[in-house]
Amino acid sequence: MMNLAVHLALLLIMPPLLLGVINKTKAFFGGRLGPPLLQPYRDLARLMRKGLVLSQTTTGIFRAAPVVTLVAVFLAGLIMPLGPFDSPLHFAGDLVLFAYLFGLARFFTTAAALDTGSSFEGMGAAREVTFACLSEPALFFVLLLLAKMSGSLVLSDMLHSPLHVRWTVLGPPLVLAGVGLFVIVLAENCRIPVDDPNTHLELTMIHEVMVLDHSGPLLGIILYGAAVKLFILGALLLHIVFPFQTGRAWLDWSLFAAELVGLAVGIGVVESIMARLQMRHVPTLLVGSMLFCAFGFFLLVR
Amino acid sequence: MTLTMPLLLIAVALVGLSGLAGLFLGRQSPAGQKLAIFLMSVGSGLGLVVAIRCLLGGPDASLDLPWFLPWGSFSLKADALSSFFLVPVFLIPALGSIYGAGYWNPSDRPASARALQFYYGLLAASMAMVVLAHDSVLFLLAWEVMALTAYFLATAETRNEAAGKAGWLYLIGAHVGAVFLFALFALLYRSTGSFAFWPIKAGVLTPRVATTLFLLAIAGFGLKIGLMPLHLFLPGAPASGPCHVSALLSGVVYKVGLYALIRVSGLFPNPPTWWGGLLLFAGAASAILGVAYALAQSNLKRALAYSSFENVGIISMGLGLALLGKTFARTDWTLLGLGGALYHSWNHALMKSLLFYSAGAVERALGTTEIQELGGIAKSLPRTAALFLFGAVAICGLPPLNGFASELMIYLGLFRTAGLGEGARVGGWPLATMAVPCLALTGALAIACFVSLLGTLFLGQRRARLSTSVPGDPPFTMTAPMMAMALLCLVLGLAPMLVLPVLGRATQSWDPAATLRPESLSALMPATWVGAAGAVILGSSGLLVLLYSRMMKRRPMATAGTWDCGYARPTPRMEYSGSSFGLMIRDLFKWALWPRVRRPEVSGLFPKTAELKIQALDPLLDRITLPGAGLLGRGFAWLRRLQQGHLQIYVLYFVVILILLLLWGRSSP
Repeated sequence: MMNLAVHLALLLIMPPLLLGVINKTKAFFGGRLGPPLLQPYRDLARLMRKGLVLSQTTTGIFRAAPVVTLVAVFLAGLIMPLGPFDSPLHFAGDLVLFAYLFGLARFFTTAAALDTGSSFEGMGAAREVTFACLSEPALFFVLLLLAKMSGSLVLSDMLHSPLHVRWTVLGPPLVLAGVGLFVIVLAENCRIPVDDPNTHLELTMIHEVMVLDHSGPLLGIILYGAAVKLFILGALLLHIVFPFQTGRAWLDWSLFAAELVGLAVGIGVVESIMARLQMRHVPTLLVGSMLFCAFGFFLLVR
Repeated sequence: MTLTMPLLLIAVALVGLSGLAGLFLGRQSPAGQKLAIFLMSVGSGLGLVVAIRCLLGGPDASLDLPWFLPWGSFSLKADALSSFFLVPVFLIPALGSIYGAGYWNPSDRPASARALQFYYGLLAASMAMVVLAHDSVLFLLAWEVMALTAYFLATAETRNEAAGKAGWLYLIGAHVGAVFLFALFALLYRSTGSFAFWPIKAGVLTPRVATTLFLLAIAGFGLKIGLMPLHLFLPGAPASGPCHVSALLSGVVYKVGLYALIRVSGLFPNPPTWWGGLLLFAGAASAILGVAYALAQSNLKRALAYSSFENVGIISMGLGLALLGKTFARTDWTLLGLGGALYHSWNHALMKSLLFYSAGAVERALGTTEIQELGGIAKSLPRTAALFLFGAVAICGLPPLNGFASELMIYLGLFRTAGLGEGARVGGWPLATMAVPCLALTGALAIACFVSLLGTLFLGQRRARLSTSVPGDPPFTMTAPMMAMALLCLVLGLAPMLVLPVLGRATQSWDPAATLRPESLSALMPATWVGAAGAVILGSSGLLVLLYSRMMKRRPMATAGTWDCGYARPTPRMEYSGSSFGLMIRDLFKWALWPRVRRPEVSGLFPKTAELKIQALDPLLDRITLPGAGLLGRGFAWLRRLQQGHLQIYVLYFVVILILLLLWGRSSP
């Protein structure tokens, strides 16, 4: 019960903090003071209080899409185990539901982008669905690898089989999958080197350009949903990269939170020291990550 | 003797003859159509009730009647597998004929409405006979009627030249396939001594004969269901025919072909590994390429026709997995594979028909389904748009609708082929797991394809070429069947546990040798969880939307133009079109799509008006087969000299050949 409450609380509250940490890291590298750590929360609160400007072109899908997206992502968050604790929802086959919930989110986000009739948003939507075609198989390679390793089709069991014991034995596949998954996390969350969340040139954006026309609470929901997605995929990555546990609940929870903040710092570092790739090079990067994940799986079943 | 079979035959007769009376009534009289719809509904209702009773645990029914041919017998059998396929075969045509009352009524289309109505019923009845036939000769007869009526339906609009051509190709494909089937059944008769579909006992067939039989079945049925690369004859007919016919061709006829493939592949006692592997990977190729081709099309109906190959591919993957399960004696693979394949057959029949009916509504309102000419029509056709959205979410395999439930089963089966557990090599065939990322890729591509269709047709701004006044949603006779289908999609998505026992029973009749327990399917497939997750998605989305609209009531709301990046005069022509949306993916699949691109030359400081033209072809048909056939035709042109058209010369040929035969008969003792 306690763990369920902590799971829900972390899932609800923590995601915007990650954005704050990333921004702070980037500011540090840029020699700036940067916005306060809690700025994303203030931004969200401000957006939620605002009114709405809607484009004349849009239909109901435009207004419903952010909500459906948030619900889908949040449900995925209930399936993803955090730290060494089982997730609130787990059953044999939840891994496919987990992946397809992101598909549902993508369907509605991109449909809402096309609903505005803007060519920029169409461009962003086209990129989003194209890159997903490359990152989706990679994600399933990782899931296959985990299923094979753990002998289970329950996400909580797959990620909790004592991976830390096996790191010595199964190191190579896990390293490969970890690298591949890190790229997927960056791509799915539209971070550098795939997308630049700070850019202000519509032609070069992916996620940000799809939500150009959303305003007020709708934009708030979208930003929050994106942060939750980063939180969840980050948690998935941490299971593979830091499969450690202490056995004490409070220590494990704090360790998990600290790891996640560390991951956010890592993403911030990547964003600071790398430039965004040219759009035409992104598929190469994603195919590369898919090959990493596939290779990891092949090493395991060889 | 039970009443099951006679009742089914009555249902088939009612459906088959439903359009007969209409032929004798006036060209424009609506009475014939009304009568046909009535007969069709009664017949289908009866058939559905009997089929569902049979599915829910009724005993297998069979019937043998005297037969006029020297070969075969008039032998029918309804077990769980055939009853399973009888459901879409009865349901979809009945809904389609109701839809047809609004879409293709005699007063608007006096030239073709009567014939169309007649063939519509006949096609449905022939499909039911194919599914019921327990004898290969009877099967082939029904199969042939099915092909012919499908041809007549696809070409019902005599003035539509594209439809005529496409129908002709369809007919050619059907007959090329039939040749393989004749060979298949003849060989089957020679090696087993029976035309009936009884499971073959182990040791009767030599491996070589078994392999030949299997390959013949793949070729013959593959040409009917469009297993790539055998799809080339098929997509034209549903792309240019009337939409309720396309729904039948694309949604149900393929299912009947799949039924036949499932039935025949189930006859073999111990299939080698590569059979299942072949079907699995041919299915995967079909799934990926089908949706990639769909993405490249510039016409909604054509895109829907190609997307059927994707779903046929997914179903074949399930069947391949089931065959592997039989080979490795893994009941869980068989159950999940065939169960998922069967489930997806129902689902695809429903959602593809729903999508084609939406296309029909668009066609009726705007006179075209060309993607480049349409846009922003959701405002004029809100109900059609909502129903299309429903079908699109379903066909992408997204929760909470039915496509997800069936794809999940196939996923779970494929995951199990990895031989779960470290070091658990026994009983696994890890090569099959390669189908998992293929299925994931298919899912991602399907989202791209259907977001593109939804977004560029229904959403956004109205494109310039479209007139300003557009009639609204279609009449209730057209929307009601669509709503029924959407509702069924929802029910099948939220309550997979209702279907699982039925799937288990149908799987059991496919593999009678194995001891399958239908109840174990519910242990393999988390039906309750899937339903619960779907309900949570629907419920909480609805709740949040409600909450949010209440919250927004007191807030200031404004409308403005879409953000145009500071450009002063945006026009709808600048909108992202279907072809620009799919550009990057088409580039990734350039090797398979092989489009014809006419690029303009832009030169000088003030270039002239230029036009870029990208034509999505079917490489196999337009680039290889048709030119090849043309070459062959020219090569054999000299044979035409033998054909002079004079009777005397033909008689001379007879005499010459007779003399030659006599001489030959003499010389060889």
